[in-house]
Amino acid sequence: MPVTSHQIFHAIYVSLYVSGLATIIGAIIGIPLGSVLAQYSFRGKKAILVVVHTFMGLPPVVVGVFTFAVITRHGPLGSLGLIYTLPAMVIVQVILAAPIITGLTHAALQDVDARVGLQAMSLGATKLQSMVVKLREARSGTVAAVIAGFGRVIAEVGAVTIVGGAITDKTDTLTTLAVKLTGQGKPTQAMIVGLILLFIALVVNIGLTRLQTDKGQRDVRKRVTGYAS
Amino acid sequence: MPVLEATGLKKSYFGRSVVDVERVAVHKGETLVMLGPSGSGKSVLLRMLNLLEKPDEGTIVFNGEEVQGLEGSHRVAVARRMAMIFQDPLLFRGSVEQNVGYGLKVRRVHSAERAAPVKEALEVVGLGDMGGTYVSTLSGGEAQRVSVARALVLKPELLLLDEPFANLDTPTRHTLQHELKEILKAKGMTAIFVTHDQEEAARLGDRILVLHDGTIAQEGSARDIFYEPETEFVARFVGVDNIFTGKVVGAEGGHAEVSVDGTVFEALTDVKPGGEVMLGIRPEDVTLVPAGDIESPASSRNAFTGKVIDLELRGPLVWVHMECPFPLEALITRRSYEEMGIEAGAVMGARFKTVAVVVIGTGAPATGGESQ
Repeated sequence: MPVTSHQIFHAIYVSLYVSGLATIIGAIIGIPLGSVLAQYSFRGKKAILVVVHTFMGLPPVVVGVFTFAVITRHGPLGSLGLIYTLPAMVIVQVILAAPIITGLTHAALQDVDARVGLQAMSLGATKLQSMVVKLREARSGTVAAVIAGFGRVIAEVGAVTIVGGAITDKTDTLTTLAVKLTGQGKPTQAMIVGLILLFIALVVNIGLTRLQTDKGQRDVRKRVTGYAS
Repeated sequence: MPVLEATGLKKSYFGRSVVDVERVAVHKGETLVMLGPSGSGKSVLLRMLNLLEKPDEGTIVFNGEEVQGLEGSHRVAVARRMAMIFQDPLLFRGSVEQNVGYGLKVRRVHSAERAAPVKEALEVVGLGDMGGTYVSTLSGGEAQRVSVARALVLKPELLLLDEPFANLDTPTRHTLQHELKEILKAKGMTAIFVTHDQEEAARLGDRILVLHDGTIAQEGSARDIFYEPETEFVARFVGVDNIFTGKVVGAEGGHAEVSVDGTVFEALTDVKPGGEVMLGIRPEDVTLVPAGDIESPASSRNAFTGKVIDLELRGPLVWVHMECPFPLEALITRRSYEEMGIEAGAVMGARFKTVAVVVIGTGAPATGGESQ
């Protein structure tokens, strides 16, 4: 039986909902954490950075297995009833996206001239306000961190399959649907789903890339080169 | 009461002392220049005064209030009464207006109320019609003007400037120095200006404080620093390139004859015969003449003949290295150089006035640079 359009639209919705929400939560955690790691010196900072950098390359299956052990019916958080639900899928994807956004935000802020923060403070900014100025200066790198985080989770299969179960019309994402269709000997349909996934990723990334530069900057480039970017 | 007074300020990095100053004070309406070479601790000192860095020791009193070591909102409250301009403009992403209004924005001044002071500050620096311009399109000079406007708009009780014109071309630097001086005077602002450029220090400073290895080498007016340097370091730093150590062999009425390895110089000093003195002569105070014009070097005061060792063309000026037989540096105009046809190996006469001989560390002469 061929895949139905309802199955595809539902998978698009689940992919966007789970990966979108996971990226937003990952950014809410990762950008401030990366900023604090870049702005402040404290005991244990290097150890935290090592952990963050290690988690950037965390195998999704490992995250899936450990999360499954915690949220499964007989696990410590089994009573929450998260197993095979969208929130469970969001949780594993946050675990995958947040370290990437944290690590890359930290790296982006390292490239900002340290005197920018001092300049802001010398004009009366608080430490928090000076950090915001530095984040704005590192806007391209920070948005790139979010793009990388989104890229990591939208393409992910293993973790969401383990905690979501890849249930048709419930927890199937575009990636799990494509895997299933391939397994069912329907490579053409799998490829169509894959192309839809690619298109969605392209549209989202165009939007995010546009965020890397502000309007004034685009106007300047347009004047200088004749092209907006 | 000084606007700001720092006493016994010390700062070390990794066990190395970078600042150790006894007292720095700046009074209302005054521009204090801190002059020193790279690594003399002047920028660190400035950052401590702006409460951006904490001193290891010492006190900072700002308008009667002890402020060193303040944290959090207390530090911010005091820092908001000052403003600092850095060597690079360090403009933030956005428009000129957004940059100039930044300090007001963090003080929670409503955007509608920011427009007028921002416009006024931009007019003061000559950029009244550039508020909407994106900062990445500005030239170096324009960017630094924006940086000046960004500080002026805050009407700070103390303006701190860390070599703000060091990266600009000479004409722009001179223009901005002149404009800044006018602005500071017109607004009666109190400022501390850090620079390594002696000309800039002389042009802007009501008072100059020379820093060397984190300590105060000398403090005084531009005249004191340039004509009465107290140490060899200060003398060399302000351009006294010919420095000799000698012994007073004769003295009468404030005029002394100083023997430097057998060559006798005449200088104005009260040092008694037998006393050791360090003499300095600015290269621009040395006059070169054809050797024949110095008929009897032995009988003429501070007149010698010597051989030209080397010449360096420096735009409209020419640097001449001589052996008389003591080494002597002279700075002459290119026109003089061409008229006299000076070349390496030529024998020339060199002379300088008695008042041009700076006696280092004794506070004499007091009439440097004027006619004998």
